[in-house]
Amino acid sequence: MNKIWFPRYSRRQVIRGLLATAAFGVTAKLGTGCTASEGGAAAGGGEGMTVGFIYVGPKDDYGYNQAHAEGAAGMVAKHSTVKLVEEANVPETTAVAESMRSMIDIDGARMLFPTSFGYFDPHILKLAEEYPDVQFFHCGGLYQEGTHPKNVGSYYGYIDEAQYIAGIVAGMTSKTGKLGFIAAKPIPQVLRNINSFSLGARSINPVVTTQVVFTGNWAEPIKEAEATNSMVDQGIDVVTCHVDSPKVVMETAEKRGIFTSGYHANQASLSPNGYLTGAEWDWTNIYAKLVEDAQTGKTLADGSIPHLLRGGLKEGFCKLSDYGAAVSEATKQAAEAAKAKFMDGSMVIYAGEIKDNQGNVVVAAGESLKQQDPKLETMDYLVEGVIGSVGS
Amino acid sequence: MAAEASQALGWWGVLLAIAAGTMRGGTPFLFVSLGECLTEKSGKINLGLEGTLLTGAMTAYAISYLTGSPWLGVLAAGIAGVGLGAIHGWLSQQFRVNDVAVGIAMIVFGSGIAFFFGKPFIQPSAPQLPTINLATDGMPPALQAALQISPLFLLGVAIAPLLSWFFRSTRWGLFIRAVGDSPDAARAMGVSIFKVRMLSVMIGSFLAGIGGASLSLYYPGVWTERISSGQGLMAVALVIFARWNPIACLWASLLFGGAQALGPALQSVGIQQGYYLFNAAPYVLTLLIMIFTCSPKRTLTGVPGALGTDS
Repeated sequence: MNKIWFPRYSRRQVIRGLLATAAFGVTAKLGTGCTASEGGAAAGGGEGMTVGFIYVGPKDDYGYNQAHAEGAAGMVAKHSTVKLVEEANVPETTAVAESMRSMIDIDGARMLFPTSFGYFDPHILKLAEEYPDVQFFHCGGLYQEGTHPKNVGSYYGYIDEAQYIAGIVAGMTSKTGKLGFIAAKPIPQVLRNINSFSLGARSINPVVTTQVVFTGNWAEPIKEAEATNSMVDQGIDVVTCHVDSPKVVMETAEKRGIFTSGYHANQASLSPNGYLTGAEWDWTNIYAKLVEDAQTGKTLADGSIPHLLRGGLKEGFCKLSDYGAAVSEATKQAAEAAKAKFMDGSMVIYAGEIKDNQGNVVVAAGESLKQQDPKLETMDYLVEGVIGSVGS
Repeated sequence: MAAEASQALGWWGVLLAIAAGTMRGGTPFLFVSLGECLTEKSGKINLGLEGTLLTGAMTAYAISYLTGSPWLGVLAAGIAGVGLGAIHGWLSQQFRVNDVAVGIAMIVFGSGIAFFFGKPFIQPSAPQLPTINLATDGMPPALQAALQISPLFLLGVAIAPLLSWFFRSTRWGLFIRAVGDSPDAARAMGVSIFKVRMLSVMIGSFLAGIGGASLSLYYPGVWTERISSGQGLMAVALVIFARWNPIACLWASLLFGGAQALGPALQSVGIQQGYYLFNAAPYVLTLLIMIFTCSPKRTLTGVPGALGTDS
């Protein structure tokens, strides 16, 4: 018995396998083929540069992503030679690394704006090491000189200045003296908004409290609605939020007949009766400026573009929504007065003495932390008057 | 503005939030789990209901926005569900096709379809379903808000005992149970297994589509791409938890709906620690109930005999 062993595949199976492999090859070839032909040539700076934007959610969510997408569109309107490649709904996982890689390798992008907070560490940092000639700009991340790659930059707006003014409006309009803040996660940027909102309200009326509810993630429509309802049940009559899309919060609050203060983008149309004002991003200026710098040959690596780019109302990084019908004249005046102080640079939100809600002094008397102070970017407390806790 | 805002409710607020949450948040769970219950009774598993839920939510919102009639939206959501169900029902009954694998493909397909066609509907506001107001004028505003009950919820509550009766006491119910428990016996009875399963999957998907409509047209009442956050999959698991009993599906859905409200409600009365834990409450609860009700001496009661097999 010396039968030669053959793998027992029928002719049909062999043909099917060959067909499948061929089909896969064709699709893979086509898939890369058509995009690669457009890119490639656009490599390098100067005219016709390709710029990539990555968003964590949909581009028209009335929120964080919409603000960035509007900024990107505004940038392209100013620099028509720039080729914009965008990808929405990219999770904060290795998926974003793949998106960045394909934007660089296939589309030939030389500037990337991965906008979500969680993209930074480790995904952007890893890719930046791998592609030293690509410039990565991240929104909100804290660039550390020496430890992070030189081609990574970070930009962020001091939107808490707008939140401070929104807090003044909320504190003066509230009848119960209880404000609500629906937040995603207790990270420094979120805490800073909560604290500034509360400090603004208490600068006018020192007994106002701000109740915080953390939903645990950036997009939790049902929990956001539940949180809004619970707050109304507890007598809160102005609600604002820091989640990816404030749509649910605004609409639920409007249904329950309380006031709202927007965030990220203008939500006045969602809450026509209750909308007071809102803190909005204004990314067009900053994106146009960065692209212009890159076109003239400036880079992060040689230091001609600063690694940390920050600004507030004065620098045009953020703005306030138009006041709603429920805002009184006196309130508008107080808000405009504060805004004028921000515009001339004389306003300092975090000026001592400020205690956290545990009673510890976090900003000593006489100390005044300017907006640029890196201490504020590592904030891990809630100020006095905020009901909530940063622990999980 | 109704600025005569309610006085603080304190701890009553938590109870109220959970009670209202059972009705508000439980509705999609209820429809999807009833639909899956029907499907699984016939011996097929449809994991794709997560995709169906999203497609239903998107269709309902889009049709409600385009026609101005939310009820038309609900109907369209059901029909969209039937469409997806037909694909699943047909594919999963082909020779050597695994229904779990098809289901996973249908999750991707259903959510992809919903995202693709749903893009233009994220921004506009569609007319919402009217609610039935059970409150009287003298009640505090918080209670009045909690007593705004969706007709879809009442519909779901009515369907649960109806489905239970249907399985127990009708000829058609017997066919479905026979096909699910012992396809060979059903074939001997002269029942077409393919048709029964096809219809069960399609009607189950119809219900799941309506569950989607309750998400986008009632609570939270918006269409976004992350509206379902895994509720469709959780509802599929609920059916196992409810031992394939429609009445138990009702209780399980209410429980999960109420548990969603627990985290935010506790934080708003000042319980600050452990909100991630509260958010995980429904899953912890499921595990505990599973542990306490399991027994090494008997197999899972109520499981259709041919569920997920290749026959």
